[in-house]
Amino acid sequence: MTPDGLAGRTAVELAELVRGGDVSAVEVTDAHLARIEALDGEVRSFLCLAGDTARAAAAEVDSARARGDELGPLAGVPVAVKDMFCTHDLPTTAGSRILEGWRPPYDSTVVARLRAAGAVVIGKTNLDEFAMGSSNENSGFFPTANPWDTTRVPGGSSGGSAAAVAARFAPLAVGTDTGGSIRQPAALCGVVGMRPTYGRVSRYGIVAYASSLDQAGPFATNVADTALLLEAMWGYDPMDSTSIPSEPEPALARLEDGVAGLRVGLVEELADVEGIQPEVRAAVDSARNLFEKAGATVEVVSLPSVEYGLSAYYIIAPAEASSNLARYDGVRYGLRAEAPPGEGYDVAAMNALTREQGFGAEVKRRIMLGTYALSAGYYDAYYGQAQRVRTLIIRDFTRAYERFDVLLAPTSPTTAFELGSKTSDPLAMYLSDVCTIPTNLTGATAISVPAGLDTAGLPIGVQVLAPALGEAVLLRAARALEAGFAFTARPKLKEVAA
Amino acid sequence: MSNPLTRDDVVHVARLARLALSEEEVEQFTVQLGAVLAHFASVAALDTSGVPPTSHPIPLANVLRPDERRPSLERDGVLGMAPAEEDGRFRVPRILGEEV
Repeated sequence: MTPDGLAGRTAVELAELVRGGDVSAVEVTDAHLARIEALDGEVRSFLCLAGDTARAAAAEVDSARARGDELGPLAGVPVAVKDMFCTHDLPTTAGSRILEGWRPPYDSTVVARLRAAGAVVIGKTNLDEFAMGSSNENSGFFPTANPWDTTRVPGGSSGGSAAAVAARFAPLAVGTDTGGSIRQPAALCGVVGMRPTYGRVSRYGIVAYASSLDQAGPFATNVADTALLLEAMWGYDPMDSTSIPSEPEPALARLEDGVAGLRVGLVEELADVEGIQPEVRAAVDSARNLFEKAGATVEVVSLPSVEYGLSAYYIIAPAEASSNLARYDGVRYGLRAEAPPGEGYDVAAMNALTREQGFGAEVKRRIMLGTYALSAGYYDAYYGQAQRVRTLIIRDFTRAYERFDVLLAPTSPTTAFELGSKTSDPLAMYLSDVCTIPTNLTGATAISVPAGLDTAGLPIGVQVLAPALGEAVLLRAARALEAGFAFTARPKLKEVAA
Repeated sequence: MSNPLTRDDVVHVARLARLALSEEEVEQFTVQLGAVLAHFASVAALDTSGVPPTSHPIPLANVLRPDERRPSLERDGVLGMAPAEEDGRFRVPRILGEEV
């Protein structure tokens, strides 16, 4: 089998080939590393490639197989990891200069579980600094390009993970989704991306952004691989005090059960959101037709308070971030600013100068916004009000789920936009998360599925939403859409020297 | 819409947030953060009396674990990542306003 025949296969296929001894895990890893080296020059999805540690992990899988040990569900399958997850053997930067060169003393629970399942961590992917952004242009290092059109953004903040899977640099990737940071780049890169229920996947060892909204989840080229990866990541973790203590309902085994009788609500406010690209709106209608053809019923549902979601999010997330990012103070890890000439360099001055030098513009903006929203005299008007609006949004969804099993919406109002087109207007950038944010505020689960290409040849994603703990029905519905859309296009990559 | 934020507000908040912003950043943030807060005005105007705030999406309370001895992170590994260390501790510039 040629190496290029390995890079491009699904995770389910690769795990099967390795388990059956048809190929070695080392061959699989080498094929993906070779593809990255040949084709990532223009995309730049990785901040760091694992190389030797990946080959060593793959060799360990091959030894385990030779000994006759039982192999894990992801044995020998390469996984690209967003650089928000701590890895003891690879630098972890969160896309920030303030953490450049930092090597965590431990693995995040997600990475530890992936390794235990036999997965090979192939590299750490680029992201918007501290996961704050919708385009990857806020990376402290360099922007990642969209593999479908390298003049455009891959989305964000998990843009490197989405681009890597779209480019077939790895069949699987993990990301984090605080306001849409898995689903929006998945949509813009033409792959599947899922945000599980808050508390379903452990946050232990993930760099914290907004703790009541952050949740890790899978990327893949198809729904079955997404379910396979999810089942290797999720479940109770005593190291995360917000981890849900119940066992998840299996998702992969029920994927092909179909959607006959499923009640689908088409969310009016999101489908007709201001600025929606007509082709994206048309894709939502196609999804509606596909659901109906597969035996589901679809009705329009109104969730009036979701129109306040964006505003509430951009108070709550920065407020939590301003508190979480207080730890980057130049004392225990990461950057410390050199003392400027002259007297008076005390700890407070060192803290402030370190943070000024180490953080990028968007991170500073959100710290400032959050600090303001939490400051004396403004707390109730901003943060308190945003939290009460969060309750209103949760109530709207609770009412909707009395009548519907899942909801349908666009993932992003538009397909991938051009690099640089929104960097000077933070509010315009924030608007690209308008359809994904409600799920984060409610703590529920949602997935983006590729629906086709627009006339410019850029991928369109549609979103399915389910109530908290509804991963099994969510993935089953996504699988039905995937079968209907039959999206098989792949980006064409150019060989460019890295 | 008028900017709900003044330049002085930005300078004050930067001090609270321990950010040594440049003059240019202060100007820029006054405009940009003002725009985000103005966008919030429609939300601020909503009547939410009687609506409880949601601080966390999943209600979990009093999460406890058994109080058992476990190994902690290795000290040398942790200190090895610090910008400055001395005698097994993090070293920082002076904390108080006088020589010690």
